[in-house]
Amino acid sequence: MKGRILGFLVLFAWGVLKLPIETRVSAAQKENRFGGYKLTSTLRQQAGQAGFLATLGGLRAAVADLLWIRAHVAWQNTQWGKMKLLFDVCTSLQPRRVMFWDNAAWHMAWNASVYAMNDKAHVPEQVERYRNQQQYFKLGEDYVLRGIESNPDSWELFLRLGMLYRDKFQDRMKAVAAYEEAAKRPGRLDYVRREAAYLLAGVPGHEAEAYKKLRSLYDEGEKEWLPTLLKQIQLLERKLKIPQEQRVAIPAGDRLPPE
Amino acid sequence: MIVFAIILIGMSLFLVSVSFKGQLQTLMDVSLGAMSVFSMFLAVLATAMLLPKDMEDRTLYTILAKPVARFEYLLGKLCGVAAMLTVAMVLMTAFFSAILGIWQGREMDRIRMEYPAEEAAQAEAAGKIPAGTAADLKQKQALEINNLKAATFTPTLFGGIAVILLRAMIIAGLTLMVSAFSTSWLFTVIVAFMVVLIGFLVPVARDVWQGQAGMGADLPGYLKLFLIAVTVFCPDMQVFNVVDDIAAGSVVTSQMFMQTAGLGFGYLAVYIFAGYLFFAWREL
Repeated sequence: MKGRILGFLVLFAWGVLKLPIETRVSAAQKENRFGGYKLTSTLRQQAGQAGFLATLGGLRAAVADLLWIRAHVAWQNTQWGKMKLLFDVCTSLQPRRVMFWDNAAWHMAWNASVYAMNDKAHVPEQVERYRNQQQYFKLGEDYVLRGIESNPDSWELFLRLGMLYRDKFQDRMKAVAAYEEAAKRPGRLDYVRREAAYLLAGVPGHEAEAYKKLRSLYDEGEKEWLPTLLKQIQLLERKLKIPQEQRVAIPAGDRLPPE
Repeated sequence: MIVFAIILIGMSLFLVSVSFKGQLQTLMDVSLGAMSVFSMFLAVLATAMLLPKDMEDRTLYTILAKPVARFEYLLGKLCGVAAMLTVAMVLMTAFFSAILGIWQGREMDRIRMEYPAEEAAQAEAAGKIPAGTAADLKQKQALEINNLKAATFTPTLFGGIAVILLRAMIIAGLTLMVSAFSTSWLFTVIVAFMVVLIGFLVPVARDVWQGQAGMGADLPGYLKLFLIAVTVFCPDMQVFNVVDDIAAGSVVTSQMFMQTAGLGFGYLAVYIFAGYLFFAWREL
């Protein structure tokens, strides 16, 4: 009996001592973006009891992968609602998987939205179809924004956001801001910077700003002298009426025909 | 058990073939998950049998009749289990690394085919494609290959595997402590699994009673007391559950690794000491 009492006392003392340590380690892990997942009731429904227990026992990522495959099957069967539920679970389980957020946004804003707009059999009124399409755009935006919250260092998600604003919401200024954010992230591809400047060139009232950006890209050297960049510079020079002597020296093959 | 784990790691190749996008992640997730779960099972089942078996075979009496202290006996048992777990983990890691290496090679070939920078350079020289295409393809190819390498054989990945091993050792220590006062191995197994399972929910319990979940003030007193008891007596298993995030690209800093390891060794020391106290006064 004496041993048991002493043993439990040791466990109790350790339990009290470890509490602040565990809280600190846990906080440090959260700071480093570990364990940001959420155990939700939707997860319980979608993963089943065994799946839910598996997520607790160290198979969280594997369960998310299996549900991702189920989402793929749902996509093949154009079950958009089921897909969304599964995407929600996958992103809750693995918020650090950029691919989950990126693909979920793409499926909602590009695939489901087009399907909704063309679904005349179930929704005959065009206004309703348009409304549904807009809702899918919003869902796509929601996935990207939540993805960015969990992965603020991901250039891919800012790129997706930029594409979403450019192609679906037709909001060039928001798209420019997103592309510029993508351009600040590590590992981004070079065309992200150029795309931000190209888009800005098309926004009325921002031509001078766009010209400055394109010009600074041009000044970086020959590797940036791509046909689109040179064309945009020339168009803006004409639009802004830049004096001939201040204009960029465009290689002969890339010059636009005279006005 | 190790064979099952190895089969499961091998089966991840099948899952990879049915998955779309992020196949490498699937391979890593399933393999690391298998290592994580099987190491836990191995730790509980292998340790739970140690003391009852020695008692049943009467070897325990022979050992303790010699100048071997009970603490040394328990420590020896724990070291034995730790060695067995290490060997199992090394085997699983070797198999996993081999599969990951093969898959990485295949992925790199795919990337080179997807971004044929070398062919584009020749086409560019012949004037068949616009200037700059080859450089763009080369940049994309290099980025994809770098991303692939950054997501596979990294120090963080092996650090994560070390944390799995540490967690398995803590579970072994916990099981040994329970078996030091338990009279049946089945009781030991059930209690150990229950504590481990509850351990995965400890952060939730802690957040609730500390009010971080936004419901601390509304909590009835008895429930708060229960949650405090859970937090105090059960290990926080989520602290050691890092591989899922590592597979998704999170990086373990050396400070974080040291903190986690320190906490883990703290648990081991306390469990072996408490186990000794239970065992020291036990009538055999």
